[in-house]
Amino acid sequence: MIDMLVVDLSRWQFAATAMYHFIFVPLTLGLSFMMAIMESVYVMTGRQVWRKATLFWGTLFGINFAMGVATGIVMEFQFGMNWSYYSHYVGDIFGAPLAIEGLMAFFLEATFIGMFFFGWDRLSKVGHLVVTWLTALGANFSALWILVANGWMQNPVGAKFNPDTMRMEITDFMAVIFNPVAQAKFVHTVSAGYLSGAVFILAISSFFLIKGKHVELAKRSAVVAASFGLASALSVVVLGDESGYVATEHQIMKIAALEAMYETEPAPAPWTLIGFPGEDGQLGFHISIPWVGGLITTRSFTEELPGINELVERAEVRIRDGMIAYTALEQIRADGTNQQARAVFDEHWADLGYALLLKKYRVDVENATDEEIALAAADTVPSVWPLFWTFRIMMGLGFFYIAFFALWFYRASRGWIDTNKPLLWFSLITLPLPWVAIESGWFIAEFGRQPWVVEGVLPTFYAASGLSAMDLIISLTFFVLLYSVLLVIMIILMVKVIKAGPKDKLFETDVDKVDDEDFVIAALPATPATKELGA
Amino acid sequence: MSTIPLDYETLRLIWWLLLGVLLIGFAIMGGRDLGVGALLPFVAKTDDERRILLNLIGPTWEGNQVWLILGGGAIFAAFPPLYAVSFSGFYLAMIVILLALILRPVGFKFRGKVDDPRWRAVWDWGLFIGGFVPSLIMGVAVGNVLLGAPFHFDDTMRIFYTGNFFQLLMPFALLAGLVSLGMIATHGATLIVGRTEGVMAERARTIGMWTGAATLILFALGGVWVSFMNGYVVTSTIDPNAPINPLGKTVELVAGGWLSNYRTYPWMIAAPVLGLGGMAIAVCGLLLRRKWLAYLATGAAIFGIVSTAGLSIFPFFLPSSTDLASGLTLWDASSSHMTLFIMLLATLVFLPIIVLYTAWVFRVMRGTVSTESLNKNPNAY
Ligand code: HDD
Ligand code: HEM
Ligand code: HEM
Repeated sequence: MIDMLVVDLSRWQFAATAMYHFIFVPLTLGLSFMMAIMESVYVMTGRQVWRKATLFWGTLFGINFAMGVATGIVMEFQFGMNWSYYSHYVGDIFGAPLAIEGLMAFFLEATFIGMFFFGWDRLSKVGHLVVTWLTALGANFSALWILVANGWMQNPVGAKFNPDTMRMEITDFMAVIFNPVAQAKFVHTVSAGYLSGAVFILAISSFFLIKGKHVELAKRSAVVAASFGLASALSVVVLGDESGYVATEHQIMKIAALEAMYETEPAPAPWTLIGFPGEDGQLGFHISIPWVGGLITTRSFTEELPGINELVERAEVRIRDGMIAYTALEQIRADGTNQQARAVFDEHWADLGYALLLKKYRVDVENATDEEIALAAADTVPSVWPLFWTFRIMMGLGFFYIAFFALWFYRASRGWIDTNKPLLWFSLITLPLPWVAIESGWFIAEFGRQPWVVEGVLPTFYAASGLSAMDLIISLTFFVLLYSVLLVIMIILMVKVIKAGPKDKLFETDVDKVDDEDFVIAALPATPATKELGA
Repeated sequence: MSTIPLDYETLRLIWWLLLGVLLIGFAIMGGRDLGVGALLPFVAKTDDERRILLNLIGPTWEGNQVWLILGGGAIFAAFPPLYAVSFSGFYLAMIVILLALILRPVGFKFRGKVDDPRWRAVWDWGLFIGGFVPSLIMGVAVGNVLLGAPFHFDDTMRIFYTGNFFQLLMPFALLAGLVSLGMIATHGATLIVGRTEGVMAERARTIGMWTGAATLILFALGGVWVSFMNGYVVTSTIDPNAPINPLGKTVELVAGGWLSNYRTYPWMIAAPVLGLGGMAIAVCGLLLRRKWLAYLATGAAIFGIVSTAGLSIFPFFLPSSTDLASGLTLWDASSSHMTLFIMLLATLVFLPIIVLYTAWVFRVMRGTVSTESLNKNPNAY
C-alpha cells in the first residue's frame, strides 16, 4: 500500500521548493524587461542616466537571478526524485516541454546573462542592447514552456493511455502547445511577473525619492515602471478572468471550490464576496452579489454551473466507469492479445484515472465496495476554505494594483512624481504584496487541482516515489534551511546595494553626481575607469 | 506511427547518441567550472587570486551548467523510465549533488558583495564544495551504474528501490568517483594554466600534472577491475521497434561482461584509448608547458572516459542487480516513437543555434583575466 506520510512529505517538499523558486522568477521576468527598455532608451538618446539605471537595476536583478537558478536546478530534477511514478506515467508528454525549455530558454538566458554583466566593455552599445533583450526573451520563453507543461497537468489534452507501456503517450503535440489553459496561464503568469517587477522598481525609486537621493534615476525609473505596471496590471486581471473561465471548462471542481458553491445554483449564479465555508459542505454566513458569479464563470445568463455536491455524484459515476477500464487493463496486461479487453478499454479509458483514486483504499480496485467508491468520490473535493480565501486575496490585489498604477501613471504624466510623500511611503511598504498574490495564485492552481496531480488522469498520492519518510525528512529539512538562509542573505545584500545606491565603489570616479545633472560623460577627467564608461 | 519518417529503432539510437552528446557536453563545458571550483583553495591563496579564478569562469559558467539541466530534461523527455528510476533510486546522492550545486550561483554572486575576509572565506568554501562534491558523486553514480542498482518494477511499472545511500559507496564506485574527480580537476587545472599567468598558472600546472597522472592510473585500474567484474548481458532477442517493456527480456550476469561490446565492435576501443591517450598528452603538455595542447587534451580525455562508460554498458542504461530483467536498456526505457521524433526536431533546430551563440560568447570573453581588468568592471565577482 501507499505510504501516505511519504506522499504528504513529498507534497510539502515540492510545494516548498516551487514556492521558493517562484519568489525569484517573477522578478527576473519583470526586471529583465524593464532593464531592456531602459537600455533601449539609453542607446537611442545616449543619456548616461539610463545606462546607470540599467546597471543599477541589473545589479539587483543579478542577485535575484542567482537565487532563481539555485532554486530552479532542484525543480528540474525533483520530478524524477520525488514523483517517479508520475515521471514514468506522463513523462512521454510532460518531459518534452521541459526539455524544450532547456534548449530554447535556459541556454539563451544563461549564456547571455554572462554577457550582460561582463560584456559592457567588450560589446558595442547596440551589441550589448541585443544581449539584454535576448536575456529577457530567454526568461519569457522559459515561462512559456514550463507553463505549457503545467497547463497540461491542469488540462491533459493530446494524449492517450497505452496499455502496453502502462503510460500516457502523446497523440497530438500541437494540442499540447496550444492548450487554451496553457495560453491563459502563460499570459497571466508573465504579466504577474511584470507587475511584480514594476512594483519593485516603484518601491525602491520611492525610497530614493523619500531620501532625496539619485532623484533623476529614480524619477525616470518610476515613469517606466508606472506605465509598464499599468499595462501589466490590466493584463493580469483580464487574463486572470480568462484563467478562471478556461477552468470552468476543464476543472469545474476547482471553480466550485474557489467559489464555495456547494449546491448547483440556478443561472446566473450569485457571486459570494465574503463567506465562511465550513468543512461540513455548507457555506455559513456570507455576502453575495446576485448574477455576478454566473457572469464571470460562464459568461452567460443561462448556463448553469454545477455545485460541489453534484460534482461528487458525477465523480462517482466516473469511478465506476473507470473500474471497467481498470479490469480491462488487467486483462490486457495478462494477455496482450485479448482484443475484446482492448475494445472495452478503448471505450472506457478516459475514466481510468478515477479508478486509480480507489488505490488509496485497496490494491484490487476492481473489487471496491460502494462505501469505498463513495469515499473516493468525496476525495475529489479539494479543501474549500483555503481556496476560497486565497482567491479573494489575489483578486483583491489585482484590482488594487490597477488603481495603484493608474494613480502613479496619472501623476507621472503630470510630472508629479516626487511630490506626494505618503504615496511614496505607501509604495515602499506595500512592496511584498505582489508576492502574496503570486504565491496565492499558485496555491489556487495547484492545491485546487487536488486530489489530482494530472487532472482526471493520475491522483497525486499514486504519483509519488516509494522513498522512505526518513529520506524526505532529511531532504526537506536541508532544502528549507538552506533556502531560508540564502533568502535572508539575499534580502540583506539587496538592501545593502540599494542603500549604496546606483554607484559602485569600483568606479573610481563618482559618476553619480555628474549623471544626476545629466552631463555627458566626456566632460569627466579621463581616468581609466571613465574611459571604460565612455566606451 | 506511419507518418514519422524515421523508424523507432533509429530514433532510439539517435537519442542514445544525443544523450551522450549532452552528458559529454556537460562533462567538458561544466567540467571546466567544477574543476576550477574544486581547485579554488589550492591554486588561489589570496583574495585577488581567487577573484581572478572566479571571473575567469564567471561570464560563461551559467551557460555551461545548462548542459546538465538539459541533460536532465532530455532524459525525462526521451527516456522517462530512466529518469524515474535513477533519480528516485539515487535519491540521497542526488540531494547531496543538488545541495552542493545550489551553493554555486549564490557563491559567485554573493561573495564579492561584501568586503570582509570571513564572508568571502565562507563562500570560497561553498564554491569549493559546489565543484568538488558533484564531480565526485557523479562519478560514484556512474560506478554504481556499472555495478547495477537494486531495483525492480511491478506489473504496473511502479518502481521499488531496495538499496540505501551507504550501499552506493562500494570500492569500485569510489574508484569511479575518483576518476571523475580527477579528470574534472585536471581539466580545470589546464584551463587555469591556459588563462592566467604567474604563480597561479604554476600551481595549477603542478597540481594538474599530479591529478592527470592519478586519473590515468585510476582509469587504467578501473579497466582491469571491470574485466574481472560481473557485467550484464541481455540474452533474449530484442525487438528494437517494440513498445517499451523492461520485464520482457532476460538478462544474465557474466564475468567480464562489460567488455563483450569491445569484442563485438572492436572500433569501440577508440574510446578508452582516447581517454588514456588524452590524459597522457595532457600531462606531457603540462610538463612541456604547451598549455593549449594540455587544455585540448583534457577535453579529449573527458570525451574518451565518458564514452568508455557509455559504450561498455550499451545497450544498458541502468542494470538492476536484484531483478535482472528490470534493468533498463535504451530499447525498453525510451519514450514513444512520436515524442522521440518531435524532440529530435526540436534538438536539430536549437542545438546548432546554441553552439553558435555559445561559441560567439566564448570568443568575446576570451583573453586572460587580471586584477586590473577586474577593477574596471563593477559587475565582476
Ligand atoms: C501579481 C500577481 C497576480 C494577481 C494580481 C492576480 N493573479 Fe491570478 N495568478 C497569478 C498571479 C496573480 C499567478 C502566480 O501567475 C498564477 C498561478 C498559476 C498561474 O497560472 O498563474 C495565478 C493563477 C490564477 C488562477 C488559477 C489558474 C489555474 O488554476 O490554473 C485564476 C483562476 C486566477 N489566477 C484569476 C485571477 C483573477 C480573476 C485576478 C484578479 C482579478 C488575479 N488572478 C490576479
Ligand atoms: C513555480 C511556481 C509554482 C508554485 C509556487 C507551485 C506551487 C505548488 C504547490 C503549493 C503545490 C502543493 C499542492 C499540494 O500538494 O497541495 C504544488 C504541487 C505540485 N506542482 Fe506546483 N507550483 C509551481 C509550478 C509548478 C509547475 C510549473 C509544475 C509543472 C510543470 C508544477 C507541478 C507540481 C507537481 C508535480 C506538484 C506535486 C503534486 C501535488 O502535490 O500536486 N508546479 N505546487
Ligand atoms: C516546476 C517546474 C519548474 C522547473 C522544473 C524549473 C526549472 C528551472 C531551472 C532548472 C532553472 C535554472 C536555469 C538556469 O540555470 O539558468 C530555472 C530558472 C528559471 N525559471 Fe524555473 N522551473 C520551474 C517553474 C518555473 C515557472 C512556473 C516559471 C515561470 C512562470 C519559471 C521561470 C523561470 C525563469 C524565468 C528562470 C530564470 C532564472 C530565475 O528564476 O531567475 N520556472 N527554472
